[in-house]
Amino acid sequence: MIPASFDYERASSLDEALSLLAAGGEDARPLAGGHSLLPLMRLRLARPSLLVDIGGIDELRGVQDDGDSVTIGALTTHHEVAGAAALTGGSGLIAKVAEGIGDPQVRHRGTLGGSVAHADPASDLPAALLALDAEVTLAGPGGTRSVAAADFFVGPFMSAADDGEIVTGVRVPKREGWGSAYQKFQRRAQDWAIVGVAAVVNWTDSGIAGAAIGLTNMGGTPLRAHAVEAALTGTSEKAQILAAVSKVSELETPPADENASSEYRLHLAQVLISRAVAEAAGCPGMQR
Amino acid sequence: MKRISVTVNGVRHEADVEPRTLLVHFIREQLELTGTNVGCDTSSCGACTILMNGQSAKSCTVLAVQADGAEVTTVEGLASNGDWHPVQKAFHEQHGLQCGFCTPGMMMAAVGYLDENPSPTEDEVRLALEGNLCRCTGYHNIVKAVLAAADDMGS
Repeated sequence: MIPASFDYERASSLDEALSLLAAGGEDARPLAGGHSLLPLMRLRLARPSLLVDIGGIDELRGVQDDGDSVTIGALTTHHEVAGAAALTGGSGLIAKVAEGIGDPQVRHRGTLGGSVAHADPASDLPAALLALDAEVTLAGPGGTRSVAAADFFVGPFMSAADDGEIVTGVRVPKREGWGSAYQKFQRRAQDWAIVGVAAVVNWTDSGIAGAAIGLTNMGGTPLRAHAVEAALTGTSEKAQILAAVSKVSELETPPADENASSEYRLHLAQVLISRAVAEAAGCPGMQR
Repeated sequence: MKRISVTVNGVRHEADVEPRTLLVHFIREQLELTGTNVGCDTSSCGACTILMNGQSAKSCTVLAVQADGAEVTTVEGLASNGDWHPVQKAFHEQHGLQCGFCTPGMMMAAVGYLDENPSPTEDEVRLALEGNLCRCTGYHNIVKAVLAAADDMGS
């Protein structure tokens, strides 16, 4: 399968990329690793008129330790994110998620920014960014801005990025002392998650002092399980934690598809949240 | 058409390509290096695995224009001066193939991985090959071959 014809330009700087995109009009798209966009183009589900290759813009690559947060450039590959030493504490969630995306070949080429910009409700990174209250940074003709992950994902394959804007990276709070886990359920290895759960937990001597939970593929965008998070806070015993996790039923009914009914998705979410919270809290007795 | 310059197996090639040309088609049809196979055509099976700047990549999901300026190694580039690469030797000796279709991709994934981790455990080898499918399900000997190659290269 070969994509429909398109024009191609390689940008050597962010400014050049933005001008090329602006000149290319509404069907121009930035191209990084291409591991989300090219498969869609080959199925002709995407037909951009112009691809602006930003893959060579070094200023968009790399992981920077800012003390209490970490900035990850859009062109940083999943392979590089998985091995980033700066991702400590709760932010280690991002590295764990990156390590489980696709396979080694995909992780060598696929980028964090491309995955975020693609805004696939079944992809793993968005739920993790949401759980960590990360910010997505954007550059456009009007300058740069940053958008909270909670406001960035607006629908299936739709984000708050305007035409002509490029995702330049994400800023992730470190949350030192917090533990993290990502649990996903797939029909076959490397399939998209039927449900995924990203959890960060602050486990103290008196139990759970704070928890944040992002859900993959439980709606048109990644979701936060706010009711579960609130109920988890202050719990320490397994029975209390399981009762808190059952609050997942307060979520809006998840979609049904060929892999799972809505009821099954809710069941999976409950099981996977329990596992993820136990793993993130570091209490193996909770795990099944 | 776009002019690109790609170094494949140490030889620099200048060529004009349509932007939509996939790297695997450029390698197979323009350079006539047909060792790299097209299997699933959907970035799943790994039969088209090559090394791009030393890292394994699925060449069905890379545009030829994206490889402009890159160093690419295909299965034809593994042997040197008529001597097989230790990974090729090990696949031969351990019978790491049945029909052979996945073999070039398996070997390229293995070569890329052993460069990163020269003495892996069996579990690590299995994980490292998760992006390569063998329809004959001959994984057992493939894993044995990669471990044997690691031993050979380390000794």
